[in-house]
Amino acid sequence: MIEVQDLVVSYGTATALDHLTLTVGEGEMVALLGPNGAGKSTLANTLAGIIAPASGTVRIGGRLALIPEGRQLFPDLSVADNLALGGWRSGLRDPSSVYELLPRLAELAGRRAGVLSGGEQQMVAFGRAMMSRPEVLVVDELSLGLAPGVTADLAAHLAELNRSQGLAVLLIEQNARLAFELCSRAYVLESGRLVTEGACAELADDPRVAAAYLGGAVT
Amino acid sequence: MSAFLSYLLNGLAVGCAIALIASGLVTIHRVTGVVNFAQGTFAVVAGLCTSSLLGLGFPHGLSELAAVLAAAVAGLLTGLAAIGKRGTTPLASLIVTLGVGVLAYAVEIVLWGDQPRSAPGLAGSVTVAGAHIQTQHLLVIGVTAATFVLLALFFGRTYLGKALTACASNPYAARVVGIDVRRMGLLAFALGGLLGGIAGVLVTPLRPISFDTDVTLIVNGFAAAVFGALTRPVIALFGALLLGVAETMAAGYGYGSHQLEVALGLMIIVMIVQAGRRSAISEETV
Repeated sequence: MIEVQDLVVSYGTATALDHLTLTVGEGEMVALLGPNGAGKSTLANTLAGIIAPASGTVRIGGRLALIPEGRQLFPDLSVADNLALGGWRSGLRDPSSVYELLPRLAELAGRRAGVLSGGEQQMVAFGRAMMSRPEVLVVDELSLGLAPGVTADLAAHLAELNRSQGLAVLLIEQNARLAFELCSRAYVLESGRLVTEGACAELADDPRVAAAYLGGAVT
Repeated sequence: MSAFLSYLLNGLAVGCAIALIASGLVTIHRVTGVVNFAQGTFAVVAGLCTSSLLGLGFPHGLSELAAVLAAAVAGLLTGLAAIGKRGTTPLASLIVTLGVGVLAYAVEIVLWGDQPRSAPGLAGSVTVAGAHIQTQHLLVIGVTAATFVLLALFFGRTYLGKALTACASNPYAARVVGIDVRRMGLLAFALGGLLGGIAGVLVTPLRPISFDTDVTLIVNGFAAAVFGALTRPVIALFGALLLGVAETMAAGYGYGSHQLEVALGLMIIVMIVQAGRRSAISEETV
């Protein structure tokens, strides 16, 4: 679904991604971990076609949607309008399929997106991404600034879409516990370079990863 | 009293024309972040086109429509020059629009000469509560009201209008959902041209238009747009009406040669007040 080969992205003279290679297979849920400034959001924006790579190749094997870091809604527009604009690429204008998936959004439909709570906004961002009928979803910081219950709820929806519709997911996270729970494989990015990759079960046992992302050894 | 009412009604008509210029400025600024100093040019192009087309024997209605479309094309071309190249900053684009305005002088002088031109509008006048008001002034008020209603419906009800609002609200998010923000910016410029064009065809029968009339139009339009912090069309409309009435009153009560100074004075006061409130001028154009 996503094939990134030897990708280099720079901002002026600063290199944000340095010869990155990464894949997400069909129906796979893959995590990308890394600290702030590692280049995670740069990768998300490059995959979404918002940033142009300096070199390397990016192949996307289906419709891709991005849930950007910080939700990035249209604050002046209603929830219903936010969702409808999510269908800009797919031509889908009627959000009823998203309301079925996330019934809470139907209740919020007429509210301005800018006045919603963080969790509700993340739900709108999720619904807006689903309006483009994606085959692969890039989620940049699902859990950032959200209460654990809200995160768990959204994560359950992601897992369900993955199971029922084969939606491939690249989950960009600082919360490694959540990432390891949801995903089968993970990459670890630091300063624009991959430092390690592998099955989540193995990475969770890696003392370096555990120290950096799990706050010590996993029990 | 009837003189006062007469100045008030005529002032509202002048304000409506200013509001159309201002709404074009606001539309373009909201979507692209660019202050378009070529906005007055669109009105001049439309006014001069109407004058020529009517002179060539084309009927009313068709002439005005064609002139407004010509202004929309002028808007699109200005947009291509100002934001056509990716990565142009709003400040650089502003300078480009100034350049387009100067270039337009040369083109207009070649095509129409440097003498003011007029066009016949609606003849006659009506009497409202003892005050005389020209029928053309009533037309200006009516068309402006209809235009603002249509604009509100376009931005509030249509998918394309909402996509334009989305670009204004969060350009990054607009790109995330796949909206081509640059193309939307060009659409905003065309719409700005259209609005300027409507102002031009309405004003030409009231005061002759020449290549440099854009200065008066843009000063007034900009003053009203700044009143709405360059982002709020309804407040800009209110500002424009206030300005139109103030100018007409000044002219009516014997300060006719100082109309532009009234606009400039009000604009400076509004800009100082807005700057104190960390307004659009410092935040949104940079």
